[in-house]
Amino acid sequence: MKTFSDAWSWLTSAAHWSGENGIGHRLTEHLWLTALCLVLSCLVALPVALVLGHLGKGGPLAVNISNVGRAVPTFAVLVLLLLTPLGTHGEWPTIIALILFAVPPLLTNAYVGMREVDRDVVRAARGMGMTGRQLLLRVELPLALPLILTGVRIAAVQLVATATLAALAGGGGLGRIITAGFNLASTPQVVAGAVLVAVFALVVEGLFEAVQRLAPRWARGGFG
Amino acid sequence: MTAPPDDCLARNDWICGAYLSSRRQILWDAVLQHLQLTAASVLLGLVIAVPLAVAARRWRWAAGPALGLTTVLYTIPSLAMFSLLLPVYGLSASIVVAGLVLYSLTLLVRNILAGLRAVPEDTRQAARGMGYGPVRLLLAVELPLAVPAAMAGLRIATVSAVSLVTVGAIVGYGGLGNLIYSGMNTYFKAQVLTASVLCVVIAVAADLALLGVQRLLTPWTRAVPS
Repeated sequence: MKTFSDAWSWLTSAAHWSGENGIGHRLTEHLWLTALCLVLSCLVALPVALVLGHLGKGGPLAVNISNVGRAVPTFAVLVLLLLTPLGTHGEWPTIIALILFAVPPLLTNAYVGMREVDRDVVRAARGMGMTGRQLLLRVELPLALPLILTGVRIAAVQLVATATLAALAGGGGLGRIITAGFNLASTPQVVAGAVLVAVFALVVEGLFEAVQRLAPRWARGGFG
Repeated sequence: MTAPPDDCLARNDWICGAYLSSRRQILWDAVLQHLQLTAASVLLGLVIAVPLAVAARRWRWAAGPALGLTTVLYTIPSLAMFSLLLPVYGLSASIVVAGLVLYSLTLLVRNILAGLRAVPEDTRQAARGMGYGPVRLLLAVELPLAVPAAMAGLRIATVSAVSLVTVGAIVGYGGLGNLIYSGMNTYFKAQVLTASVLCVVIAVAADLALLGVQRLLTPWTRAVPS
């Protein structure tokens, strides 16, 4: 218990919040990195998944990519990218690694969501004379939205977690507080950093939960 | 004075046969540690998950907390999880195992519970009618029928554990992750690539092995012509 009270006093001391290595700066880095990668990976994955889902092609591919993503250690990919010529370009190895790990859940969920739209509804829309584009944007996309949002939520939480690992490979973010703590052999700092990261991840999860609860009924998948 | 050797180690190539032959022992030790950590944590997770899932199936009130708590644990990033356990276990392999057990619980409890819930009510009543008590019903009917769903969870948990062990490098017990970590600091390309590829190979091999176990455990799924 003493460790936790030490960690608490580490967290509450003002000196640890300011400056280049301070909590404030690390938190901003983490938030910025996560948000940027979430937007980029949505831009990569969602159009592909929506079109594939609309056409009904590439389903096994989407699922397989997701499974492979689980088997490849994030940490290994980070280090591998760091050692390529890309490694000299600042944050890019981290950003690419993070996108690689956020794309599979986005892809799988969006694809499955598109495919699970009731076929009768799709046929009815076609019968009303909708073009493929109208069908995609006005019928399938709204109906698939709940699952797509779940995918975005999984991706966001995964990004927060993975951005922590960037610190192991010399990047910024909240994980840096933990690795710095290990280098200083300061258990209070390690625990304080871990608490910060865990709270941050839980807050992101909670935020998405709240957004899904507050969303209009059709966006939650409730059709009662 | 001899000229420096012109081999792939000196050139720091990504793929290097000389690395494989000269560091065979180091690689072997790392693979062994990786396998031990993975196996220990998944087996411990299974030992804890089965009673939890059975309890959640039997008492409705237990399902919410069991699922909620394990889901929250899954959200905590791995680096933070290992660090949070530091005051409890100190710098040891137990940290890595404890963290991975907590992660595997989410997947295992969820899947075993889904398997138990999917046992048809008719089947349970038939077993009761044949005079099966609650314990025998659980052991001889419900648990075996939950095996396919449980194995699906076990496979995902194992594959994830193999990749998460690498993060254990932060406390010095990361199996192949240790090689990746030291390779990063010394810019040793062959070591990083070899260790990363071995991680993926272990994950795929473990997945296939578990698939084999699943087929052995559920002969009835093959007897039915599809």
